[in-house]
Amino acid sequence: MVLALILALTLGPVALVLIQAGGAGGLTAADWAAARFTVLQAALSAGLSVALAVPVARALARRSFPGRAALVTALGAPFLLPVVVAVLGILALFGRSGLLNRGIEALGLPGVTIYGLQGVLLAHLFLNLPLAVRMILNGWAAVPPERFRLAQSLDFGPRDVLRVIERPVLRATLPGAFVAIFLVCLTSFTAVLVMGGGPRATTLSLAIYQSFRLEFDLAHAASLSALQMALGLVAAFAGVALVSPTAFGAGRGWRGQAWIAPPDPRAVARIGDGVAIGGMGLFLALPIGLATAAGVTHLPRPDAALLAPLGRSVAVALGATLLAVAGALALGLALSGWRKGMARLADGAAMLVLGTSPLVLGTGAFLALRGWADPAAFALPLTMVANGLMALPFALRILLPDIQTLRADYDRLADSLGMEGLARLRLLVLPRLRRPLGFAAGLAAALAMGDLGVVTLFSDPERATLPMVLYERMGQYRMDEAYGLAVVLVLASFGLFWLFDRMGRADADV
Amino acid sequence: MLTFEGVEIRQGDFSLSADLSVPEGAITALIGPSGAGKSTLLSVVAGFLVPTRGRVLWRGADLGPLPPGRRPLSILFQDQNLFPHLTVAQNVGLGLRPDLRLPAPERARVEEVLGDVGLAGLGGRKPGALSGGQQGRVALARALIRDRPLLLLDEPFAALGPALKDEMLDLVARMAGRAGTTVLMVSHDPDDARRIAPLTVLVADGRAHSPVATAALLADPPPALASYLGK
Repeated sequence: MVLALILALTLGPVALVLIQAGGAGGLTAADWAAARFTVLQAALSAGLSVALAVPVARALARRSFPGRAALVTALGAPFLLPVVVAVLGILALFGRSGLLNRGIEALGLPGVTIYGLQGVLLAHLFLNLPLAVRMILNGWAAVPPERFRLAQSLDFGPRDVLRVIERPVLRATLPGAFVAIFLVCLTSFTAVLVMGGGPRATTLSLAIYQSFRLEFDLAHAASLSALQMALGLVAAFAGVALVSPTAFGAGRGWRGQAWIAPPDPRAVARIGDGVAIGGMGLFLALPIGLATAAGVTHLPRPDAALLAPLGRSVAVALGATLLAVAGALALGLALSGWRKGMARLADGAAMLVLGTSPLVLGTGAFLALRGWADPAAFALPLTMVANGLMALPFALRILLPDIQTLRADYDRLADSLGMEGLARLRLLVLPRLRRPLGFAAGLAAALAMGDLGVVTLFSDPERATLPMVLYERMGQYRMDEAYGLAVVLVLASFGLFWLFDRMGRADADV
Repeated sequence: MLTFEGVEIRQGDFSLSADLSVPEGAITALIGPSGAGKSTLLSVVAGFLVPTRGRVLWRGADLGPLPPGRRPLSILFQDQNLFPHLTVAQNVGLGLRPDLRLPAPERARVEEVLGDVGLAGLGGRKPGALSGGQQGRVALARALIRDRPLLLLDEPFAALGPALKDEMLDLVARMAGRAGTTVLMVSHDPDDARRIAPLTVLVADGRAHSPVATAALLADPPPALASYLGK
């Protein structure tokens, strides 16, 4: 049922868009250029993220140092960071009056421009490199520690370790990481909106936005949406086909050391690992640090101009959270009952949603609503639904393992006691899943809080969300105000995440 | 009477047939090598597993159409008998109402039953704060309060030490004797059967045999049992 609803919500707008596009036809040469650029930047973003993540993940796997655990945790932060804020941070470092250009100009050299492909790639790298590192690091962590001890006791050299352990780890993790990031970048909007533009750096999402918002050529927007959707679908199905789980077999899991893999004692390896970890740390910390430093001195006044959009954003985030978590729970409970091919199906749904551009959903929703209501009036509800849908696959991924454990441990007991329906939900499912539910809710709330997607299509000043206001300030070159708003937005996003995650942890019994 | 009528269970290489009756009001042990299908047989009675063929009848009525929670029985598993996030009193209360909306007299009844199994005053604790033996008593208290005519034990006390296990078995025997409960008890230890079960069903070589007197069976075991016992 829920699966059908998700498919309807994802594919429904697309169908509408297709019907509309069928009557409209015509894609121009510029549109095909946008399609090519979309694929190019997504492939480069994913390739770079994954390639740079490998040495970092390996360094994190085989070194222990103070703050390592904190660093690994912090790797999750860019995922929660509003994209518009990340872009702002990149600008603070690489932008026209950013730290880098000021340094170059002080040397009397011509500055570099960030706008265009390089800017899009930098922003995508900033957002996705930590994700890739974590996915690959998880692959390392999945290797039974006995395997490493065996390698040590057999006196493996670095090449043997590479062949016997590291290459299987990479084969298991790289395709999945590449596909996930490729899909995210294929539909990425905010980063391209700010960093891209012009005939040489326009993606399909941006082209949809422009034909919708600037030219108000709905037929054209629909054709573009159809093209975007086709790309996303092809990539998602290719992803499901490509990515297959690899098993390392079971181990007892005892580690007894801080590191995951035994450290490589050679000096060159130590230096290389240090550079990899330090480099990534700087690349992630500098933009955030610079943006924060610029923002804290220009914090906005807590007046209606701030509080109204903030309130709208929080309301949208809460609604989206409820949709995402309730949907993921219902879907997870249904899926876990089917057993076979379940993981595959969940993956497929996740990939499908990842490959769906919010702009396509927005265009479809507009087409659906246009006959009988003013779509602008639905800007916020639509944003809510779109964000709920976008967060659902992540929530499902978080919940599914715990749902499976729950069912394996307590289904028979609950059945034998005749616990059914709401009583079972209230007394068994919700309390047992409290932790992952809280975490998933926090994630969904933070993602929705910082989203700048569907809302850009419809929104007017009366209905602007906080990321929308922030983007407008950037467009007006009121950068100080933008940095100040960014600090508020980040606090709100992480605050919501912290609050939900905390609710999940409060006196949770094992 | 609990009757297995031409029951056959097939799962891949595994197969088990049972065509027998267990008398009411007695404790009957299921004994046999591991993997013979003792727990599988209980799963069929409890309704977690549908037999490939045949029916299970209680007092002449087919149990087949009933979901596990509606069958006239309580079951204690090897582990996971309690919900760790609910209190002891709530875990027992589930036996009265699966939605735990208990009026005052029913809550009093829970306290009373907790007293019966020697856990007076511990109703507010979570299972994690109890010893293994006490957790077993909570599960027994719930079976007691549910007051179903049939009790299935799938080695719930196997993880306890020998003295504690004997104590729990004696408690089961006392409870069952008082309420006239029919008990079906899986065990891999013939001493358990000798202790509280006058009848024993031998499960071996793909067949569950008709119950016979435990003492006689163990004194003169057939070949299948003898090799299992190492005699």
